[in-house]
Amino acid sequence: MNNISISETEEIKSVSKKIRREILMMIHNAKSGHPGGSLSSVEILNVLFTKCMKHYPEGEKNPQYKFRDRFVLSKGHASAALYAVMAHCGYFSENELMTFRKFGSRLQGHPCSNQLKGIEVSTGSLGQGLSIACGMAIGLKLDKINSKVYVYMGDGEIEEGSVWEAAMNAAHNKLNNIIAFVDRNKLQIDGSTETVKALGDISAKFKAFGWNCAEIDGHNISEIYETILSAQNSDKPFVIIANTIKGKGISFMENNPGWHGKAPNDEQLKQALEELN
Amino acid sequence: MTRECKSVRNAYGRTLVELGKNNKNIVVMDADLSCSTQTQMFAKEYPERFFNAGIAEQDMMTTAAGLACTGKIPFVSTFAMFATGRAWEQIRNTICYSNLNVKIAATHGGITVGEDGASHQALEDIALMRNIPNMIVIVPADEKETEEAAKFAANYYGPVYIRIARTNLPDVYDNSYKFNIEKAIIMQEGNDITIISNGETLVECLDCAKMLKEKGINAEVISIPVVKPIDKDTIINSAKKTKRVITVENHSVIGGLGSAVCEVLSENYPVQVTRIGTNDVFGQSGTAKELMAYYGLNAEKIFEKIIGLLK
Repeated sequence: MNNISISETEEIKSVSKKIRREILMMIHNAKSGHPGGSLSSVEILNVLFTKCMKHYPEGEKNPQYKFRDRFVLSKGHASAALYAVMAHCGYFSENELMTFRKFGSRLQGHPCSNQLKGIEVSTGSLGQGLSIACGMAIGLKLDKINSKVYVYMGDGEIEEGSVWEAAMNAAHNKLNNIIAFVDRNKLQIDGSTETVKALGDISAKFKAFGWNCAEIDGHNISEIYETILSAQNSDKPFVIIANTIKGKGISFMENNPGWHGKAPNDEQLKQALEELN
Repeated sequence: MTRECKSVRNAYGRTLVELGKNNKNIVVMDADLSCSTQTQMFAKEYPERFFNAGIAEQDMMTTAAGLACTGKIPFVSTFAMFATGRAWEQIRNTICYSNLNVKIAATHGGITVGEDGASHQALEDIALMRNIPNMIVIVPADEKETEEAAKFAANYYGPVYIRIARTNLPDVYDNSYKFNIEKAIIMQEGNDITIISNGETLVECLDCAKMLKEKGINAEVISIPVVKPIDKDTIINSAKKTKRVITVENHSVIGGLGSAVCEVLSENYPVQVTRIGTNDVFGQSGTAKELMAYYGLNAEKIFEKIIGLLK
């Protein structure tokens, strides 16, 4: 069955709230970071890491275990969300989250693979993750390893031309072991994506490049789960266009581009945490 | 002077095939120039391990990075202009920042690209690669050194840039030559002046040294195939002996071998250094030979320059 139980859904919802609180506290503590695009990513990263991905944060099968699924955070600025999910999964202690963006921390502003075990590759400069995923997917196929490569992109990010070079690459090399996400929160730093540079029909674009495509509500847990499971059996590379709300969960951050890259002050944090109770 | 000139690109292609035979993790990528770079030899032998990125250098570099993440050893080839220019940020932010095991072997570096003209003549690639942390930069001067550099790259963990000449080159080393990542090579000893070079200009410097000898000037000629990490000791020791250093390279005088030598000497043993290369200009169409002469990179022009300096 591709369904997720009601109790599992409730559990994921509760963990998502915890992750949102941690994201806000991390960014507040660092006095910098990217709350908007981190909050829009929470449900997908949570479902992916806790329910869908084969990965081994600790124990005998270490993070480098060769049969693991791979994850690339192409929109590296959502690092706070990724770190909070990784800590939840046991990659490191949740206490370490408060070192985020601080001098000497493994939790760099954007993910750094040489600092933190479990980060497959350093990211941060947009438009590179999908090509990295293509390379990983080819490498896994060469080794006849049946793992998936998940890559998480922002919607503004796909304005980068290199994303479309990679989209062609994945289709050309029949990389049906890639599952890509586009976090369609409709905002980028300078405003609406449609105002800054219209993205138009993203699904139609990927389909034209030879991909399978699904459009979902990126905050609906069962929809996320079911779509990822069906994508795992795709005959082509699969992209999930996830309609999300930038700043999701915090009234004054939702749909406000001003919260792309700004830390909440003490008072704003207090209000935000109250809203997440 | 007639000498047998050999295709260093063919040497690269053959070496890839040899390396691929012994190591199944070696994979090769190209961006629609496999017939020029000679990665086609590998593609014919191991089609399942050859990936043509098409005309998409950024995608090629980051795909190579992903391949390296799964334990593969990708050799990535295209023209130096597009490898280091178009895809610089992919190389910097994905390959080098993550310290991934990607080998970039770019052909068609320098003015000797010839007839294609300035758009294809990379005069900045060494500068662009040299300033990225974790990157090794190698500029081989002949067939043997090209083979050795590729073999070194395959056995070393981390990003490597190799600049392979378009032109055919005569042997400058004998068969006993062994590539050493830590060592520059003193091609001939001398006390009057130090000439430092690599790549296609090394043979010109050796010819120039013979002409100087006839004038009673004993030049010390040093080959520095490894621009980074550079062998400081050999440079400093030679400067201590001759007190006068000339660098010659098929590259802009800004940021390449000449700059690297100046950095070493100004911090350790300041002597006057003259850099010969292209002087902050774009190239143009012409034969490699014509362009080498026009930009002052052949033996005669280097000789004239040095005689002028010593007056």
